[in-house]
Amino acid sequence: MAGYKPAAIQTYPVLGEKITQDTLYWNNYKTPVQIKEFGAVSKVDFSPQPPYNYAVTASSRIHIYGRYSQEPIKTFSRFKDTAYCATFRQDGRLLVAGSEDGGVQLFDISGRAPLRQFEGHTKAVHTVDFTADKYHVVSGADDYTVKLWDIPNSKEILTFKEHSDYVRCGCASKLNPDLFVTGSYDHTVKMFDTRTNKSVISVEHGQPVEGVLLFPSGGLLASAGGRYVKIWDMLKGGQLLVSLKNHHKTVTCLYLSSSGQRLLSGSLDRKVKVYSTTSYKVVHSFDYAASILSLALAHEDETIVVGMTNGILSVKHRKSEAKKDSLPRRRRPAYRTFIKGKNYMKQRDDILINRPSKKHLELYDRDLKNFRISKALDRVLEPSCTVKTPEITVSIIKELNRRGVLANALAGRDEKEISRVLNFLIRNLSQPRFAPVLINAAEIIIDIYLPVIGQSPVVDKKFLLLQGLVEKEIDYQRELLETLGMMDMLFATMTRKESTSVLQHTSDGFLENKKVES
Amino acid sequence: MVEEESVRVVRCGGSELNFRRAVFSADSKYIFCVSGDFVKVHSTATEECVHILQGHRNLVTGIQLNPNNHLQLYSCSFDGTIKLWDYIDGILIKTFIVGHKLHAIFTLACAEDSVFVIINKEKPDVFQLVSVKLPKSSSQEIEAKELSFVLDYINQSPKCIAFGNEGEYVAAVRDFYLSVYFFKKKTTSRFTLSSSKNKKHAKNNFTCVACHPKEDCIATGHKDGKIRLWRNFDDGKKYTYTCLHWHHDMVMDLAFSVTGTSLLSGGRESVLVEWRDATEKNKEFLPRLGATIEHISVSPAGDLFCTSHSDNKIIIIHRNLEASAVIQGLVKDSSISTGLMIDPRTKALVLNGKPGHLQFYSLQHDKQLYNLDIIQQEYINDYGLIQIELTKAAFGCYGNWLATVEKRQEKETELDLQMKLWMYNKKTQGFVLNTKINMPHEDHITAVCFCNAEKFENPTLVTASKDGHFKVWILTDDSDIYKKAVGWTCDFVGSYHKYQATNCCFSEDGSLLAVSFEEIVTIWDSETWELKCTFCQRAGNIRHLCFGRLTCSKYLLGATENGILCCWNLLSCALEWSAKLNIRVMEPDPHSENIAAISQSSVGSDLFVFKPSEPRPLYIQKNISREEVQWGVFVLRDVPESFTSEAYQWLNRSQFYFLTKSQSLLTFSTKSPEEKLTPTSKQLLAEESLPTTPFYFILGKHREQQDEKTNEALESERVQLPLTENIPAISELLHTPAHVLPSASFLCSKFVNSLLLSKETKSEEIPEDVDMEEEKESDDSDEENDFTEKTQDTNDTDLGEDIIHQLSKSEEKELRKFRKVDYSWLTVL
Repeated sequence: MAGYKPAAIQTYPVLGEKITQDTLYWNNYKTPVQIKEFGAVSKVDFSPQPPYNYAVTASSRIHIYGRYSQEPIKTFSRFKDTAYCATFRQDGRLLVAGSEDGGVQLFDISGRAPLRQFEGHTKAVHTVDFTADKYHVVSGADDYTVKLWDIPNSKEILTFKEHSDYVRCGCASKLNPDLFVTGSYDHTVKMFDTRTNKSVISVEHGQPVEGVLLFPSGGLLASAGGRYVKIWDMLKGGQLLVSLKNHHKTVTCLYLSSSGQRLLSGSLDRKVKVYSTTSYKVVHSFDYAASILSLALAHEDETIVVGMTNGILSVKHRKSEAKKDSLPRRRRPAYRTFIKGKNYMKQRDDILINRPSKKHLELYDRDLKNFRISKALDRVLEPSCTVKTPEITVSIIKELNRRGVLANALAGRDEKEISRVLNFLIRNLSQPRFAPVLINAAEIIIDIYLPVIGQSPVVDKKFLLLQGLVEKEIDYQRELLETLGMMDMLFATMTRKESTSVLQHTSDGFLENKKVES
Repeated sequence: MVEEESVRVVRCGGSELNFRRAVFSADSKYIFCVSGDFVKVHSTATEECVHILQGHRNLVTGIQLNPNNHLQLYSCSFDGTIKLWDYIDGILIKTFIVGHKLHAIFTLACAEDSVFVIINKEKPDVFQLVSVKLPKSSSQEIEAKELSFVLDYINQSPKCIAFGNEGEYVAAVRDFYLSVYFFKKKTTSRFTLSSSKNKKHAKNNFTCVACHPKEDCIATGHKDGKIRLWRNFDDGKKYTYTCLHWHHDMVMDLAFSVTGTSLLSGGRESVLVEWRDATEKNKEFLPRLGATIEHISVSPAGDLFCTSHSDNKIIIIHRNLEASAVIQGLVKDSSISTGLMIDPRTKALVLNGKPGHLQFYSLQHDKQLYNLDIIQQEYINDYGLIQIELTKAAFGCYGNWLATVEKRQEKETELDLQMKLWMYNKKTQGFVLNTKINMPHEDHITAVCFCNAEKFENPTLVTASKDGHFKVWILTDDSDIYKKAVGWTCDFVGSYHKYQATNCCFSEDGSLLAVSFEEIVTIWDSETWELKCTFCQRAGNIRHLCFGRLTCSKYLLGATENGILCCWNLLSCALEWSAKLNIRVMEPDPHSENIAAISQSSVGSDLFVFKPSEPRPLYIQKNISREEVQWGVFVLRDVPESFTSEAYQWLNRSQFYFLTKSQSLLTFSTKSPEEKLTPTSKQLLAEESLPTTPFYFILGKHREQQDEKTNEALESERVQLPLTENIPAISELLHTPAHVLPSASFLCSKFVNSLLLSKETKSEEIPEDVDMEEEKESDDSDEENDFTEKTQDTNDTDLGEDIIHQLSKSEEKELRKFRKVDYSWLTVL
């Protein structure tokens, strides 16, 4: 008939933060490396090509860091004033940056002096980017203009004067060389097409826009401004898809994880939030010491770099996973052993006997199945079980009690074995979730071993410890009851409207009628 | 059309299958078991019930194959008769009237014309084994009064009697002694074990006995779990016995295999033990059979065993100890604490089953559909052990949710409660555990109810407990981007002055919740969970609470322990009426306004059916049962009845079932149980004797129908039930796999014919005598297809002829008159 039913192991809800794949993934980073820069770190950009160096823009310098270096491997410091938005080209060989004085400078990362200087903006250039064809640079400035520059002959090709306030962020499409997006303090995000020399789509963000991000497909646009992150569907002509309000201060930067599945946003409230790009729910969040201005992830999310207002650059590296497969794997039987005889055709006179599939049972379940009750109890009293999974031990004690054999299982133990049981009781008796089961077990132990008390000093000490614990617990429960009484009185004086609030009675009363003699 | 018969209380199914040992047919194709007043014939291969042998007026107490004709079966009953059946056709052959109350029957191959029965003498517990000579006569009912005494002072149970070695001796056990009667020597030897005075042997009582089929060896089972094998017992001094001990509790039954090489034993452990070669070492086990083994029997062919269990179940087991089939009746051994419920999906009756299970029982087929394991823990079958009990269950949301409550209480202070919520899974067609709540309340849960109103898209459950609270549980969406999950959480906890909550009930539209706290009924708004009003009658604690339905939904009914039935009007918040009635069961009909209440008095239980709008009952039936009625439930009928009398109208759409304290399931019906069998099943029964292949259903039926034309008695029955009779044939044709069917052209005509036949029989009814002649005339046409049309044509002509005929008669009369008148006139002239 029906097979053996394994003993029911009581499960308890895990308190605290839920452990999900995302928390595991995003917590799997080493402790951050802190690098002090000269001023607020306004931009961090990773080179798209190996060895994935990154450029950090802070104050009037641009530092290039290697992956694990704590010192800059290269510095561009020929700026008269603050530099902004140092960005790598797709091949990782050119770097463009804007500056406070309105100039845009193009560097070769092996050189020191700028290759090109694009003059034309009258005010600070806060955003620059390369277009998808690599030969043009887009820049947005505080003079409300957006300009397109040609790199080979360092000329201005187009000027867009559609914004009515500072242009502070921008992003060129990775697919189409003619498209780019800029966000401005006039609360709008505009998409420009260089073929038409005017904006093709304009969306109203509602707050000064601090960051824009085009998704790799180009179909979706994320914009950050104020406390909001908004996602726009560009294929539907700029329809608002979702508005996220998870920060309580201005969101300054956006970044997409390398898989494209997660969107990260950094904010002045010193938090980085990770969103799922399918449901747009926050799946994880990081805390930092200061307000965040810039954020970047390396190839394959190997490194998270965050730049903050206090000039600190925080670099987190992913933990390496090389250690795990160091153990030599046990040799498994070959595939043919498993399919042996499976394709045998039944002959006329053969009688088919089905072997029932074996269900895996835990060791304690195997003992329980064969009514080896003491052995089952011994097994769950092993330190490896009692420390890690006390609920299994308690569940087996409960199961033995249900079978009416708990006294038999606890009886006939020597000094070492009984002290092991007592140790477990001492550790777990006061836990409310285990208390009803363990108090019963403690009573049985006292009943069984009362005649031999005083024969072993070790066990006697344990009993005294248990007694002290129970007395302490009784005092504690009494105090709790007093508190509860006071709270009840307070609630009673309040209006009847509050009467719906539920009082969670703590597990009182268990321990009061408990006699302990040792 | 239905005659106004009086409504009677009828027992409906669920009788004990495990009352006596089951018996196999000689070819092991069928198994017979007693079932109340009937004997049931089941197929061993399919578990299906093939026949029900009906005829006894009282409990059937024994069945045995006729050793001289293995196609016949003897049965004896408390009504004092032995009946001989042809089990293949399900026909009663003979009835032997013995006159005494018969407790068991035994047959022997060597004693050709007599059987052995256990009867009791004048004193209530003195039983005798007597042999009854069965006179040979051709008549149906024969008096068999020729009794010859064999053994006295025996146990009434047939387990304590065994015939050995081809009928040379009979062994009987009782208390502490074994007596063996030798038929040839006509002597009795008696062997006594040390009695109860000796503390060590306090449990030496004999419980059962079995005899080796070939050798002189008797096996006896004992209360302490020992099995003794007795040899050399023909000598009073030199007898020996050996002991086999594995069982730790009473040995319930023993059986030798046909060859005698192995001995089977079973008991409370619910493990079937096979002792090979009668040694302690060689034993095989079949564990976890579910419940105490009550009886073991072995098929004469030796290939099958069967065990009857205390949970009303028979398990058929192969020779290699592999269970092959289970015949399960209504489980009745545990006390019913969940009450009777109807599963909205399967329309099955749901109640406590075997320990820790909920059984789904089909009322139409008297068969268990399935068991739902609620507790999901290994069942330890031990005497005196406190088990986890399933105390409450409720269905909600059209059968989508099931809530169950289980408890285990060892001591006064140690209560272990668990509530489980099960979701119906459409894919697997079963209930899957969704949420498990430990200690939902701090004390016993007294009531569980779902809100079943349509407007509540969010399922809501209310539990009331003795701890003075009632809790509202709602289904909450727990899903995130990683997984989809729903679970139940507590939404609201309500209480009223720390009184114990005893009942809870939602109104029909779900807008109000009524919770009774001892004597007080509180009404809560289910939107805001605000207390709306309270009713108190100071007439004892509320025992039952229910809202009126449909047009009476403004009334709330409460029955108190002091025997007062109150009806409150919810609009005026005042008592509408009250009546003095000691109500045990109050059940609202979910499909009408009617409410059935069963009251308990010293004489018996009375039924009252009323509408809450008026205090006058619609229907009263006194004394529906002598015992206390514990639970009742309304079940919607498949086919509505049409009682015209006002008193029975409450039975038109629903049927009322109730369960008494001795756990017999009763209902109200105008029909006798034989009539309750549907015609389709009846037809199936008649045909089961032939091998039932799909071909048979199509071709054999046709032949039968031709035969039946002559059989007028059957014809009339056929006419009563026109269309339904052909349904099995058609469905069988449609459900047979195409590759095993004969060519379509061959079947077509039969199939079409079988569709048309019903019409034919209808039309045949009118011109029955003329029809035969007509057929002779139209003999030349052999095509079956034309047949029905032809008969219809002839019908028309028949009628035409009739009219002509009648007309001519009247004309004749007229003419005669005329003639008479004419003549007189002429003569005068």
